[in-house]
Amino acid sequence: MDLAAIVVIQVLYGIASLVIVSAGLAVIFGMMKVINLAHGEFMMLGAYATLGALKIGINLWVAIFVAAPLVVGGIGVLLERLVIRRLYGRMIDTMLATWGLSLLLVGVVTSAFGNTTAGISTPLGSFTVGAYSVSVYTLLIIGVAVVLGVALRAVLLKTQLGLIARGTMQNPAMADALGISPSRVYMVTFGVGAALSGLAGGLLAPLTGVVPTMGGAFIAKAFITVIGGGPAILAGLVGASTFFGAINQIAAFLSTPVFGEVALLFAAIVMLRLLPQGITGRFFKGSL
Amino acid sequence: MARFAASWKSAALCIAIGVLLLIFLPNVIDDFTLIQVTIYLVMSVLAVSLGFIWGFGGILCFGQAAFFGLGAYTYAISVVNMGDSTVPFMLSIVVPALFAALLGYVIFYGRLSDVYMGVITLTVTLILFNLINSTAGPEWKIGNAPLGGFNGIPAIPPLNWPGNADESITPRGMFNLSLGLLIVVYAGLRALISSRIGHVIVAIKENEQRAQLLGYDPRAYKLFVFTLGGAIAGLAGCLFANWGSFTSPTIFGLAQSAQIIIWVIVGGLGTLMGPVVGCVLIQWLTTQIGTQQTFNSNLVLGAILVLFVLLVPKGLVPSIGMLLERLGRRSAPAGRSSDAKPVALAKEQQA
Amino acid sequence: MTAAGVTGVTPLIETRALNVRFGGVHATRDVNFSLAEAELRCVIGPNGAGKSTFFKLLTGQVKPTSGQILFRGKDISRMQPHEPGRMGIGIKTQVPSLFNGLSVWENVWLSAQRVNLPQRAKDVTRTTLERVGMLAESEAITGTLAHGQRQWVELAVVLAADPPLILLDEPAAGMSDAEVARTAELILEINRQHALVVVEHDMSFIRMIAKKVTVLHQGQVIREDTPDRIMADPLVQQIYLGKKPH
Repeated sequence: MDLAAIVVIQVLYGIASLVIVSAGLAVIFGMMKVINLAHGEFMMLGAYATLGALKIGINLWVAIFVAAPLVVGGIGVLLERLVIRRLYGRMIDTMLATWGLSLLLVGVVTSAFGNTTAGISTPLGSFTVGAYSVSVYTLLIIGVAVVLGVALRAVLLKTQLGLIARGTMQNPAMADALGISPSRVYMVTFGVGAALSGLAGGLLAPLTGVVPTMGGAFIAKAFITVIGGGPAILAGLVGASTFFGAINQIAAFLSTPVFGEVALLFAAIVMLRLLPQGITGRFFKGSL
Repeated sequence: MARFAASWKSAALCIAIGVLLLIFLPNVIDDFTLIQVTIYLVMSVLAVSLGFIWGFGGILCFGQAAFFGLGAYTYAISVVNMGDSTVPFMLSIVVPALFAALLGYVIFYGRLSDVYMGVITLTVTLILFNLINSTAGPEWKIGNAPLGGFNGIPAIPPLNWPGNADESITPRGMFNLSLGLLIVVYAGLRALISSRIGHVIVAIKENEQRAQLLGYDPRAYKLFVFTLGGAIAGLAGCLFANWGSFTSPTIFGLAQSAQIIIWVIVGGLGTLMGPVVGCVLIQWLTTQIGTQQTFNSNLVLGAILVLFVLLVPKGLVPSIGMLLERLGRRSAPAGRSSDAKPVALAKEQQA
Repeated sequence: MTAAGVTGVTPLIETRALNVRFGGVHATRDVNFSLAEAELRCVIGPNGAGKSTFFKLLTGQVKPTSGQILFRGKDISRMQPHEPGRMGIGIKTQVPSLFNGLSVWENVWLSAQRVNLPQRAKDVTRTTLERVGMLAESEAITGTLAHGQRQWVELAVVLAADPPLILLDEPAAGMSDAEVARTAELILEINRQHALVVVEHDMSFIRMIAKKVTVLHQGQVIREDTPDRIMADPLVQQIYLGKKPH
């Protein structure tokens, strides 16, 4: 019974971390059809921003929820203006350029901060379920993922920003005719996506440790989740995260964490073969 | 210039240069430098494999390192088990080829788009990395060969003359073999490209729909190209395992895959020499960077990739070719307009 | 009643109750179409009538939602997209689909060499290019040619494989009057040995070539008759309201 509860929590956690890790990439890919292979490095920058904020005395929660998104959002806007906007419509070139950016960012951070892993102690302690102990932080991650999903939906559906963004993505020429600058919308959207990635990095920093190469562990999963999710941003994100997250955790539970990773990757290949357009290419079509 | 690059003359020139290097280079440089040059040659074979499938087949594989690594590991594991290196050599080509065929079948017969190709090949190379990386314990072995996990497989027995397990290859022999194989692969691919099958492959890359409407099955041709690319990358892997007598899971890593792509982009997509040039240049650059502290190699390589995608999208060899062509036109006799039609095809191209 | 029922001869190509839906759009509705060997048919209809979709169904680029397509009696509706081409259906698409980076010669040769031995392929390429009047441009890179020339190159590409059925989607589009006349001549000449289905808008061009016209509207066949009777038909005139016959 306790074991069941633990497994449920772990699975929810697996799903939640995929949601958080992939949200930024989902926004950017879903809205702009840009594959940002520097996504993992945006997360890494968020982790370093959190670390830096902590060092200058800022409260951990402010560091994670405010400093990290702001810093990385700003960097995202900068990179969008300098590099990304010159490659719109050229999907493969964008993938290559962002791969280059990813290497560049790792190099810059390594040069600036060195190669060693810095730690942030996991806050909030733990609680016990029968014979097992669960970190409260795990529950926080689950909670944040839910809030994130709800907030994204609210922004996209109910705010003017969301409406403008959705309209521009559907039909840039029309948006232009209505006096909205598509270029501006892309810039803001990319910035928001980057900020979300930064937030993810800050959130996961206490769990993974902060090192310049930490992004590499996330890019594949995020990439797979987003592509597997399909055209609908939110439904795809939630759907794919649930599918892959559950497989990952259950496989890891049944054998080793490494096997869990392998199972996720393998499931991705099988899924893409069966549903080439992603989950929301076939199911929940037309949803947000 | 494009015509020259595509004609048999440029192939003959490159092969001639290669043969000359084969004959004379070991006499003018010492053994240590020879070993350095050999790794450039081995990596050039790898670069050519991606240059071929991408530049001529239109297949952008983000995980060419997967076949490279499979070749290295297949060689290592089988030579430890078998002693004589003849069969391991062949296996190191066949196993990656089979793997590529399987993967290619899933991708091409599933009619998945370019982007998914990128995801899947990236994913596969990561799966391999994760799998092999975790095999450190002594219980992980195939036959007598422990996989070694993140430690890799050390002291790999080198290639020997077929049938004579005691006569193993020397550094000079390694150089000869690597350059020789590079020349053979290059010549073979050039011959393939100018054959009837080669023309169809290029046509499919040019306009897959029209090729399909003419009755060609793009899936079969792409599968062939991808499998061949995997085989060549596997060959490079075998050579690599011999060169360093060592292989480790990083061979499957993202960094290795990124490097191969960078070589091809820098050198030029659409030629076979381009990737070789890009490979040698970047390898040399990386070695230089490694000797100093100021600039991190990731930083430099990343910056190069970004700059090339933005500014020199065609890569070095084609861009230099275009530059030479423009210079050639400027010094042409008056009366020839700069919009002159391309020079007539060499007749052999119509054969 | 199919053509086979009337004359006892298997039609070259035939569709039975052909339907295709894309999402909410019913692009082809219950189309029964039949073409005899070496017959020439024109297909007309306003924009959005489903003409190009119909062609895509015949060439296997689009799979039907229901119904059958029979080529010489064989059901081709569920074949792989490259198979109708192999079986003998050639198409010149609405927007010329060519190997733009390759030369004119190479384009045609790629078509010829699939069905001929190497030496014969060269001969076929040469004669086909002569036939459409593009032999002089053999070395030109296809992407650099003018629109009208690209149409002829595409025609040569299709002809070179000697398919019994040739589909032409707006072969006279964007051409001058002289080019249009030449194209009509070419089509009639081709018709001596190949069946053709031609989608066009230009009624004077259609009168130059067709004895029978099929009218599509909103995915359905609404009339099938001679050009003159089609022109006089009130329903046809109504759906073309606002369009002046040329």
